[in-house]
Amino acid sequence: MTSLLDIDDLAIAYKTGDHEQRVVHGVSFKVEPGEVVALVGESGSGKTTTAQAVLGLLAANGRVERGAIRLNGTDVSRWSQKRFDAIRGSVVSLIPQDPGSSLNPVRTIGAQLAEVMQIHKRGDRKTIEARVLDLLTRVGLTPAEMRAKQYPHELSGGMKQRVLIAIAVALNPALIVADEPTSALDVTVQRRILDLIDELRRENGTAVLLVTHDLGVAADRADRLVVLQGGRIQEQGPVKEVLASPRSAYTRRLLSDAPSLAKARPERPTPSAVDFAIEVQGLTQDFPVAGGAPFRALDGVSFKVRRGTTHAIVGESGSGKTTAVRSVVGFLKPTAGRIVIDGVDLTTLKGEALRRFRKHIQLVYQNPYGSLDPKQTVQKIIEEPLLNFEPIAAADRARKVRDMMRRVGLPESFLDRHPRALSGGQRQRVAIARALVLDPRVLVLDEAVSALDVTVQAQILALLDELQKALGLTYLFVSHDLAVVQQISDTVSVMHKGRQVDGGPIDKVFVRPDSDYTRELIDAIPGRTMPVLASPAISLQG
Amino acid sequence: MTRYLLGRVGQALVVLAITFTAAFLLLQVLPGDAIMIKFMSPEMALTPAQIAEIRASYGADLPLWQRYLTTVGNFLTGNFGYSIQAGVPVSQQLATNLPPTLLLASLAFVAAVVLTIVLAALSNLTGMGWLRAGLQSLPSLFISVPVFWLGIMLIQVFSFQLGLVSVISPGPVEKLILPVATLAIPISAPLAQILMRNIDEVLTQPFVAVARSKGASRSWVLWKHVARNAVLPTLTIAGVLFGELLAGAVVTEAVYGLSGLGGLTYQAVGNHDTAVLQAIVVISAVAFVTINLIVDLLYPVLDPRLGRKVAAT
Repeated sequence: MTSLLDIDDLAIAYKTGDHEQRVVHGVSFKVEPGEVVALVGESGSGKTTTAQAVLGLLAANGRVERGAIRLNGTDVSRWSQKRFDAIRGSVVSLIPQDPGSSLNPVRTIGAQLAEVMQIHKRGDRKTIEARVLDLLTRVGLTPAEMRAKQYPHELSGGMKQRVLIAIAVALNPALIVADEPTSALDVTVQRRILDLIDELRRENGTAVLLVTHDLGVAADRADRLVVLQGGRIQEQGPVKEVLASPRSAYTRRLLSDAPSLAKARPERPTPSAVDFAIEVQGLTQDFPVAGGAPFRALDGVSFKVRRGTTHAIVGESGSGKTTAVRSVVGFLKPTAGRIVIDGVDLTTLKGEALRRFRKHIQLVYQNPYGSLDPKQTVQKIIEEPLLNFEPIAAADRARKVRDMMRRVGLPESFLDRHPRALSGGQRQRVAIARALVLDPRVLVLDEAVSALDVTVQAQILALLDELQKALGLTYLFVSHDLAVVQQISDTVSVMHKGRQVDGGPIDKVFVRPDSDYTRELIDAIPGRTMPVLASPAISLQG
Repeated sequence: MTRYLLGRVGQALVVLAITFTAAFLLLQVLPGDAIMIKFMSPEMALTPAQIAEIRASYGADLPLWQRYLTTVGNFLTGNFGYSIQAGVPVSQQLATNLPPTLLLASLAFVAAVVLTIVLAALSNLTGMGWLRAGLQSLPSLFISVPVFWLGIMLIQVFSFQLGLVSVISPGPVEKLILPVATLAIPISAPLAQILMRNIDEVLTQPFVAVARSKGASRSWVLWKHVARNAVLPTLTIAGVLFGELLAGAVVTEAVYGLSGLGGLTYQAVGNHDTAVLQAIVVISAVAFVTINLIVDLLYPVLDPRLGRKVAAT
């Protein structure tokens, strides 16, 4: 019997300038009919490139150098785009990564769903119309007649992904390539979307090539696992076997770095301080709505954070966590409530006094690519906050910058570099150094590790832990990822639609949550089926 | 939607009022006026008293604010005043000179749009790298060519050397070929540049990859998915470029010796014929504002995301 997909010694290179950079080095694996194979790896592992090659959708500068991609026994790796057009959508289809930008904003979803049938000429207008409504209903978008006429911007992220799933299954293909299908979605939505893909593929006997960075997702959903690193396969096999007894050191490291609720919580020291660094009381924030009642983004949120500890704010998109952060750092004037930082009521400060106070509370943003000025050197970036306050002699400034570099584990040779020459993890270290150079008492970390690969994430979390101990910092840690929060926080506020639905010490909230929402959130975290490995010491090193 | 419409129309009216006033004031502060130029020449041998009488008959002796109000009133009732140099109503001069310019400008605009689309489509659909590179560098070449030079070169090549278009007593269509080309090429350059850049940008969007994963061919993707998204920003530029079209028409008409608004403007400036100039400025402003109003109103039609925002305001 021939395999549905047989990738044999595949090598792919991208041409940049006048030299070719090989990113996939002789990868071989198979997907049998009806099987789910997960392609797991970090950024730069070649997993997406491999998946794109299966669809014939490599970037214009990409080229299959060697090897074969056999679909039902036919090698498609050197096919022209024209030949690929005949099988894309009908034999192989795609569920893309980011539903937000994967639908054409100026066409209705009905038209975009109908399109795949029009391209492959499956029936007349009437048949296609009826099939569109069937499909929309099947993926849970009802009433289908109304949904078909809507534009993408009228749907939520999860609903858009349902449309894209409907497009992918419309012609009942033999193989679906799902490229990080849920990475951009909230965890509760993620679970429902993955359930839907599971159901549909079972109904139709479709095989799925699931590309993901999330071992938890792979563990829960796949039959077999292919672990990629740097364009090479580290190991592959049935998912349970690979996870229970990984043979390669890389898989072991991935497993130990991946945050998981099943992991034992690291021992956290009981705080020595008795006073509170942050006290938030009845924080309420309204935003005006043109011609309507104001929108209440935060509704009576209260929490206290003991000095030297970490408080997490957890919630999905639209929960109000970002608004809470913006209020705490003094960017927003709250409609009601008090924010006391180190005994000073922030809500009474304004103008110059507020600006001076910002020194004590610093922010590290989510996106390490967007938060650093690409034109500045690392030296200038870290030094800049110092120039906004009391003048410091240039020599002292330089010393301070070098101190910070050492603290965040960056070599001094990086001082003259520009952000583009740094990796994501290195950039986030620069951002942390910039925040710490003013000796703040409170550090607000807004999804500060969300954009990083798990191994880098583990390193940054270890660095934050070390800095907290050494400098007695208080952290306000905003995240959508409960597994990460559980690893590094002492207390937590769970936010839902602007309200705090749960709050208190981590152990209490995670084990005995007050609200159904928190329970749902915890249950939705992927990776329950993932075995727990003894954590090696590697994750504690900066 | 009605509120949005009324707001936009209101804004357009404010722009017109300001343009009218600014043009009026600027034309008044120019030293010398048309009456002096026409009647004070020695051959006329008119006495100062006679000249003062003529001034009074044109209302030129009234204080500025009074003249302003009269002119506003006249314009509102469709009376554009008299051309002092020609001695005929301005409306009569416009009736003969506006249509040929309007024809030239519209044809040039259509030609520019067609040229833009052809350039963009060809450069995106061709499989040949050198052709694509060549087509993509054309706009930068076009943009740096001055209108008067282009006009002269086109006449040299097509009329004198190749003899394809006759210069002496050409037919009505033949007469327009070179002027339209002269005017269209520099207008198409920025349009094509922006359209090509937008197309490249839209092509990198994930929804294009999704369309390809449905089995759509390159041209299907270009027409059904990329075109409408890429045209949106180009539209704004098209509206703004219309102003350039009017300015270009003046030069083009001069180069080709065509009668039209260009010739009229040229003469009126030389003679300080303020009534004519005021009318030309107002007409140009009306055209400019109308085109941009249409562009603004077209936006929500082409982009459903704006439609909802518009409805909400």
